[in-house]
Amino acid sequence: MDFWRVPLDIDAIQVPRGIVTIFEDRCKGCGYCITFCPRHVLNLASRFNVKGYHPPEVIRADDCVNCRFCEIICPEFAIYSTEASPDSPASVPCSCDTIKET
Amino acid sequence: MADHLKKAGNKQVHPLDDMVRRDRMPHIWCPGCGIGTVFSACLTAIKSSGIDLDKVVMVSGIGCSGRAAGYTNLDSFHTTHGRAIPFATGVKLANPELKVIVFSGDGDLFAIGGNHFIHAARRNIDITVVCVNNLNYGMTGGQAAATTPEGSLTTTTPLGNPERPFNLPLLAYAAGAAYVARWTMLHIQDLTESIKEAMVKPGFAFIEALSPCPVNYGRRNKEKPLDTLTMYRDKTIIKNGASPLELDVDSRKSIILGKFVDIQKPTFFELYEKIYRPAE
Amino acid sequence: MKPALLTGKHYITGDVACAEGALAAGCRFFGGYPITPATEIAEHMAERLPGVGGLFIQMEDEIAAMASVLGASWAGKKSMTATSGPGFSLMMENIGLGVSTETPCVVVNVQRGGPSTGLPTQVAQGDMMQARWGSHGHYAIIALSPSSPQELFYQTIRAFNLSEKYRTPVLIMTDEVIGHMSERVEIPEAGKIEVFSRNKPRGRRDRFRLFSPVENGVAPMPAAGDGYRIHVTGLTHDERGYPDLTVDAQANMVGRIVGKIQNHLDDIIQTESYRMQDAEIVLISYGVSGRTALAAVDMARSQGIKAGLLRLLTVWPFPEAMIRSLAGRVKGFVTVEINLGQIHLEVERCAAGRTPAFLVGHAGGTLISPQRVVERIKEAF
Repeated sequence: MDFWRVPLDIDAIQVPRGIVTIFEDRCKGCGYCITFCPRHVLNLASRFNVKGYHPPEVIRADDCVNCRFCEIICPEFAIYSTEASPDSPASVPCSCDTIKET
Repeated sequence: MADHLKKAGNKQVHPLDDMVRRDRMPHIWCPGCGIGTVFSACLTAIKSSGIDLDKVVMVSGIGCSGRAAGYTNLDSFHTTHGRAIPFATGVKLANPELKVIVFSGDGDLFAIGGNHFIHAARRNIDITVVCVNNLNYGMTGGQAAATTPEGSLTTTTPLGNPERPFNLPLLAYAAGAAYVARWTMLHIQDLTESIKEAMVKPGFAFIEALSPCPVNYGRRNKEKPLDTLTMYRDKTIIKNGASPLELDVDSRKSIILGKFVDIQKPTFFELYEKIYRPAE
Repeated sequence: MKPALLTGKHYITGDVACAEGALAAGCRFFGGYPITPATEIAEHMAERLPGVGGLFIQMEDEIAAMASVLGASWAGKKSMTATSGPGFSLMMENIGLGVSTETPCVVVNVQRGGPSTGLPTQVAQGDMMQARWGSHGHYAIIALSPSSPQELFYQTIRAFNLSEKYRTPVLIMTDEVIGHMSERVEIPEAGKIEVFSRNKPRGRRDRFRLFSPVENGVAPMPAAGDGYRIHVTGLTHDERGYPDLTVDAQANMVGRIVGKIQNHLDDIIQTESYRMQDAEIVLISYGVSGRTALAAVDMARSQGIKAGLLRLLTVWPFPEAMIRSLAGRVKGFVTVEINLGQIHLEVERCAAGRTPAFLVGHAGGTLISPQRVVERIKEAF
């Protein structure tokens, strides 16, 4: 989602960064987390999970702002995000965890 | 590292894993079904309300949404079709310390259980009713419900629904509910906040959560799950305090969301105590 | 405020005696709906419960009444409802839920003439088979049938005790005449009343299984709010209470529900024998008809007929062994009941052709006269 304007205090604001964790095998592939991620962090993986669905995968880890929308919209308790520690260097992409557990 | 990760000794756990019976997962809800999202919002609301979880009881009726009680790691009751509210009434009145949440579907609460709904609202029983409204009977394969829009296709209205649906917030308001709100499963933060607010507030609270049933309703009415959610985003208006009269769910108009009723009035139990057991 | 137990001598109706019995047994929740001839039980509970720390609510129908009773029981209160035929039909759905979820509670049916609205103010005993099989599926149930207000007082206490002990709904199958008749009822002191309350679980909460029998064929039962985080469902469930829709789980669950009653028949079945020592003609009756049969025995004896009475205080489970042991040894069974043959069918089944079984009954609306019973005996034998 694009901002209407650049906030005046943009330099002073530290935008949080998040780490997305996906329980791949809990996913039923509805795609809600992908479609409604405001920063387009996720994409449909080409692989299948144990249930035979395409789970989401993180494609733009750096863009995650830990809004947790993926977590709260997921009907399957299959994805969540946590805040990355602010001192982690921006150049190092935040990793994502993909967990094989149903 | 987030707190929930520390507690679990580095084993990755979803923040709501402690609220569900993991040994019963995966749940029965179809891909794209919104019940899981509403359920998750409900669990977040319960968890963040600060209420002692040992004192929270979830009661469900029958149907897809009725399975929710079986998945929550709370004292939970999966009762008979339509009877969640009177069962919950018994639980609440026998032990007013308990926080009782009824989580069920539109068919269960408003067709077979419609009578119980209006009377619990009228009596102002201190329970919170969360209704997942997916506009049809999902579990039995997509039959018309008391909430199915006029003209919609279901297995029992193969050429279109000749009936008019209930305006649920209007019904709740007319029956005397102390708190009435409507959200969709896409308006998760609002929905969560509403459930939390309703739980803390004394009196009969009703929250309608519109939710897609892609397999049984969407499929027959040419609505893919993402279409339904896009509609929730594009064709809804948040209008707190809107008149209950204008809250029809009609695809030709925008759907109004928001909190419509939030009033204080004595509950059944408070009046019972006052009349039958006045302080001496 | 009156105390819960009104020790002393009273002249009260059966309905009031029933309510007092419930209070004496510890009942503290009544969810009801008005219906003749059971309304007085609700009215009396409405008046009495608030004073003893209980709660009365008049629900919107009998379906809701029964559901509220189950909910209250799971919240830890001894709970009950009272109704008559049409309401009993509506309650069947949630009586089934009570059976399946092993929920202690008491349901009183003050029987009137049926089917349908039938005879609202007139007596019948036509719901006996409905009591046994009225909810769908195979199950076992306990039903008691007292013959006087005094007995109704005691049997109501017993109904609560059995329901708490075996974690099951217990039915009191009384009738319009017993419900509405006034008689002397003596309420004893607290020490003379035995009251049983459900076993509560002890030990580790995470190891507790809600449907794993420990004593009397049932598991202890925590209340909602006790911290056990129980799940209760009307679906076929395993011993944890989780839905398990398999043949094995079904066999276990139904087996347990039937077994806990079938394996404790000696404790549950209560009958009263009158002049049975040398009886050749055995009258079998219950409820108000038990009084007819009692008079008929004396009348028959005065005419030289060796009659005796086996009065069933427990109708379900049926005292099968007792009838079977008499079959072949006595000349005839005569069942006296206000219907066209319900318990009679059970007697006939247990007599198994070894002793002829006859019925003295009618479709309902009035009592059966002892004279008619004696005439029938004379005709038959």
